[in-house]
Amino acid sequence: MNLKCSNLSKYYNSKLIFKNLSFEINSPRTIAITGSNGSGKSTLIKILANLIKPSSGSFEFSVSEKIILPENIYKFTGLIAPYLSLYDELTGYENLLLFYNLKTGINKPTAGKIEIINSYFEKLDLVKAKNELVKNYSSGMKQRLKFAFAVMNNPSVLLLDEPTSNLDSKGVSVFFEIINSLKDEKLIIIATNDENEKSICDSNINIEDYK
Amino acid sequence: MNDFFQNTVEIFKKELKSEFRTKYVLNSLLMFVLICVSVIRFAAGDEKIDNEILTGLFWVTIFFASVSSLARTFIKEQDKETSIALKLTSVVDSVYSGKLIFNLILSYVTGLISLILFVLIMNYEIKNFSGFMLFFFLGNTGLVIILTSIASIVSKANNKGTLYPVLAFPVLIPLLVSIIHATKLTAEGAETFSLYEEVIIILCYIIVVLTASLMLFKFIWED
Repeated sequence: MNLKCSNLSKYYNSKLIFKNLSFEINSPRTIAITGSNGSGKSTLIKILANLIKPSSGSFEFSVSEKIILPENIYKFTGLIAPYLSLYDELTGYENLLLFYNLKTGINKPTAGKIEIINSYFEKLDLVKAKNELVKNYSSGMKQRLKFAFAVMNNPSVLLLDEPTSNLDSKGVSVFFEIINSLKDEKLIIIATNDENEKSICDSNINIEDYK
Repeated sequence: MNDFFQNTVEIFKKELKSEFRTKYVLNSLLMFVLICVSVIRFAAGDEKIDNEILTGLFWVTIFFASVSSLARTFIKEQDKETSIALKLTSVVDSVYSGKLIFNLILSYVTGLISLILFVLIMNYEIKNFSGFMLFFFLGNTGLVIILTSIASIVSKANNKGTLYPVLAFPVLIPLLVSIIHATKLTAEGAETFSLYEEVIIILCYIIVVLTASLMLFKFIWED
C-alpha cells in the first residue's frame, strides 16, 4: 500500500488549518502526526479516511501502482477516533457483526467471521460485556470496541486518532501488543502527542510545519 | 451491485433492531395518529363528518405523523456521531435505500392503523377499497421517498425541526394534490381504471423523486 499526499491544504471558512502538506509513504510503516491541540491532526486523519475533502491538493492510496478510487478507500482503511461512535442501542457483538458484514460485502469470504469477532472480544478483554448494550459500556470499553471495529476486517491502512485515550494501563498494553503485531504488514498513521504512541512510530510529521 | 443489496439488507435490519429496542419512531407515529383521530372525533361530536373532508383529514394525519417522525433515521446518526462508522463501512447508496425501506414499512404500518381508526371511529366509508389501497400505497411511497431524502439534508442543518416541513411541503404539493383527489374519488366509489391518469402521474412522480434522491444522496452524505 502506498499513500501519496500532494500539496494538501485545508481551510475551515477562511481559517487556515494546514497548507502544502506533501509526503509519500509505503507500507509497512508507522508514522506519527504530531502537533498541538487544534493544529489539524484530526483534520488530516479525516481527509485520509475520506470523511472530509481537502480545500486543495490531493492524496491517493494505491496498491501495486493501482490507484484506489476515493469511494473505495473505506474498504482498505480502519479508523479509531474520538468523534466515531458505535450504536448504543446494539450490543458490542451486534455492532461488530453489523460493521463486519457491511464492510466485507458479498464478494469476500465471510467464513469464520464469528471466530474473528470473538477473538477480538477475547484479546480486548470484553468477553463478559459482549452481549451488553453499548450504552452500558464505560468510555474505556467503548474505546476497546472501537479498536476491534477498526482492525477486525484486516484493513491495509490503520488511521488512529488518539487511540489510547480513555484506556486503562491494561488496555494500553493490549493496544501496543496488537499494533506491534500489525506494524510489519500495514501502513499505520497515528495522530498523537503521547510519547508512548510516538515511540512505536518509524517517523514523524509535525503538522505545525505546514502553517 | 451485490455489495449494494447486501449493505441495504444489513442497514435495514439494523434500523429494525434499533427501532424494536428504542421504539422511538413507532411510538411517536402511533401517538400522533391516535391523538389526531381523537381530537377530530371530539371536535366533531355526534355530527357525521363528510367523506370528502375525512379524506383530507386522513392525509393531513399521515403527512404530519410522517414529518414528525421519519427524519429521526438520519438525524440520530448525525447527533450520535454514528454516521462516521456507516461512512467507513458501507456503500453510500445502500445507506439511503436501507433507511428508505425501513421508513416505507413504518409508514405503511402507521397508515394502515390510521385507516382502521378512521373507519372505526370516524365512520369513514370506502366504496372502492382496492382502488383506495392502490393510491394509499402509492401516496405513502412518494411521501416517504421525499421525507427520507429531505431528512438526510436536514440532518446536517442546525435548525432541523423548522427546516424539515418547510423543505418538504413545496416538493410534496403535487403528490398531495393528486393523492387526495384520487383517494377521495375511490372512497366515493369511482372505478380504478377511470383514474389511470392519476396512477400514471403518481408513478412518474415516484420515479422522478426516487432517481433524484439516489443521485443527490451521495453528495449529501459525503459532505
